[in-house]
Amino acid sequence: MASVNAALAQFAPRLADVEANLALHVEWTQRAADDGAELVVFPELSVTGYLLMEAVPEVAFALDSPEMERLREISKTAAIVVGFAEEAPGGRFFNSAALLDGGELLHVHRKVFLPTHGFFDETRHFAPGERIRAVDTRFGRVGLLVCRDFWHLGPAYVLAAQDVDLMCVLSASPGRGVEGGGSGEDRGRFDSAASVSLLGDVYARSFGCHVLHTNRVGVEDGVTFVGASEAFGPDGDLLVRAPDLDEHLAVVEVDTGARRAARLRMPFLSEERPHLILRELRRVLADRSAARY
Amino acid sequence: MSSPIVPPLDTELATRVLVGFLRQEAERAGFGRFVLGLSGGIDSAVSAMLAARAFGPENLIALAMPWRGSHPDSLAHARLVAEAGGFPLEVVDLTAAADGLLGVLPEPDAHRTGNVLARLRMVTLFDRSLADRALVVGTSNKTEVLLGYSTMYGDAASALNPLGDLYKCQVRDLARHLDVPSIVVDKAPSADLWEGQTDEGELGFTYDEADAVLHRLVELRERPEDAAAAGLDEDLVRRIHRRVVRFQFKRSGPIVGKLSQRTVGWEFRYPRDWGT
Repeated sequence: MASVNAALAQFAPRLADVEANLALHVEWTQRAADDGAELVVFPELSVTGYLLMEAVPEVAFALDSPEMERLREISKTAAIVVGFAEEAPGGRFFNSAALLDGGELLHVHRKVFLPTHGFFDETRHFAPGERIRAVDTRFGRVGLLVCRDFWHLGPAYVLAAQDVDLMCVLSASPGRGVEGGGSGEDRGRFDSAASVSLLGDVYARSFGCHVLHTNRVGVEDGVTFVGASEAFGPDGDLLVRAPDLDEHLAVVEVDTGARRAARLRMPFLSEERPHLILRELRRVLADRSAARY
Repeated sequence: MSSPIVPPLDTELATRVLVGFLRQEAERAGFGRFVLGLSGGIDSAVSAMLAARAFGPENLIALAMPWRGSHPDSLAHARLVAEAGGFPLEVVDLTAAADGLLGVLPEPDAHRTGNVLARLRMVTLFDRSLADRALVVGTSNKTEVLLGYSTMYGDAASALNPLGDLYKCQVRDLARHLDVPSIVVDKAPSADLWEGQTDEGELGFTYDEADAVLHRLVELRERPEDAAAAGLDEDLVRRIHRRVVRFQFKRSGPIVGKLSQRTVGWEFRYPRDWGT
């Protein structure tokens, strides 16, 4: 498995305009390849836009659709991780991420945690995914997470238990909290963006993996998406942070050797005891279901 | 500049977000120009400064719309704001239009006269919107939206409102950051409908008092009794809470009597920016 240059494509998708967004994927993938990237990570729902509401069934496509064929074609330029509304058998729709490489669809992750509170209304429009699986690629073992999946500790842990080398996170994170409460280097940032940075640092450090997180920019119905896409190395080092609010293509080296060194220095993964955790979780859940109220 | 009423605003970040909001939302609708009413007060001054940054001051049409009852200071202050922002100010005198309409309405009082003027200003702005291909920028801040202190389809009407998520005290912080003339920032807020009228006199409490209460009820999601227990005046908290509830109708469009399987607003729910 070789080191690879990866790109974070921090762009603003057009809302509910798949054709325009496919063209943007062609353009950004080509730009990334020109900059030496072999893997391009796009944000959540990059092919459709985020605030779809009742337009989900109008823009969703299936894994064997012409739209997916177009994405396969794009992946001949560079491997891509994209976000889209997936139409699945049984009339279900998922907020999905797909990894494509060399004209092949390698993996699909369906968002497992659908935020439905405040601004968010995802369970109204999407069904939750049921799997958190890693996939082997020429860049190593890769896990995909979509936005809120990353805020919960479980999905990242399950990926780590599969020894992932690379966690790709696709986000459409709206900026919340402009009250200047941040201190030090978090001054001038949204509260929500500073929280995501902490998570990326912790997962990379704890699981000795690379974390590539692409968050979109742009505005939909007055909601501004933050950007500030980030890559973390396996020591938790921030390798790159794209600017807030503006479109940006960030290219970063995902170094295999750095992972080996980090895991030798801090052998969290080899210490990890998933069977113990599972046993205890089962006991806790059994206790919980035994409670009368 | 910090505000003691609610947590201090990061004025630089807020400015970037709101200027980007105005520019991107206008561009996706196919517009590159804005129009707004400049009253000489702080809210429209801040909206104007933000709008002038979005496409440049040359693409902002600022209208002062006085009538015979307006205090001359209002127009003078609007001129100061326009000068500070580097955009021209057009004066559209509404006296003839207002008197014409008021003359055929049954005995309008001060309150109804105020509504008529607010709506004539809205008519003027939306006419210029079409005539000049310019989007109407709103000037209603979060405090007045929550208190229902505005005229429906009057000053509350706009295409894009950059101030709607800023409390009055945060508007003041932003005004200083955007170099709004201090005489405009520091004067008592007024709808300028009659001699000596002030917002705070009409409301019966100050904006700072309202912001402190609203911040607890809305942002912190405290119940009125929690806010009172935290040391705020109980009667004030109750009065403000009642206003927020009572004026919910001003924050929504007309409601539709449901008949079909797919009613606009219920099952037929799309983003406004659909397809852009």
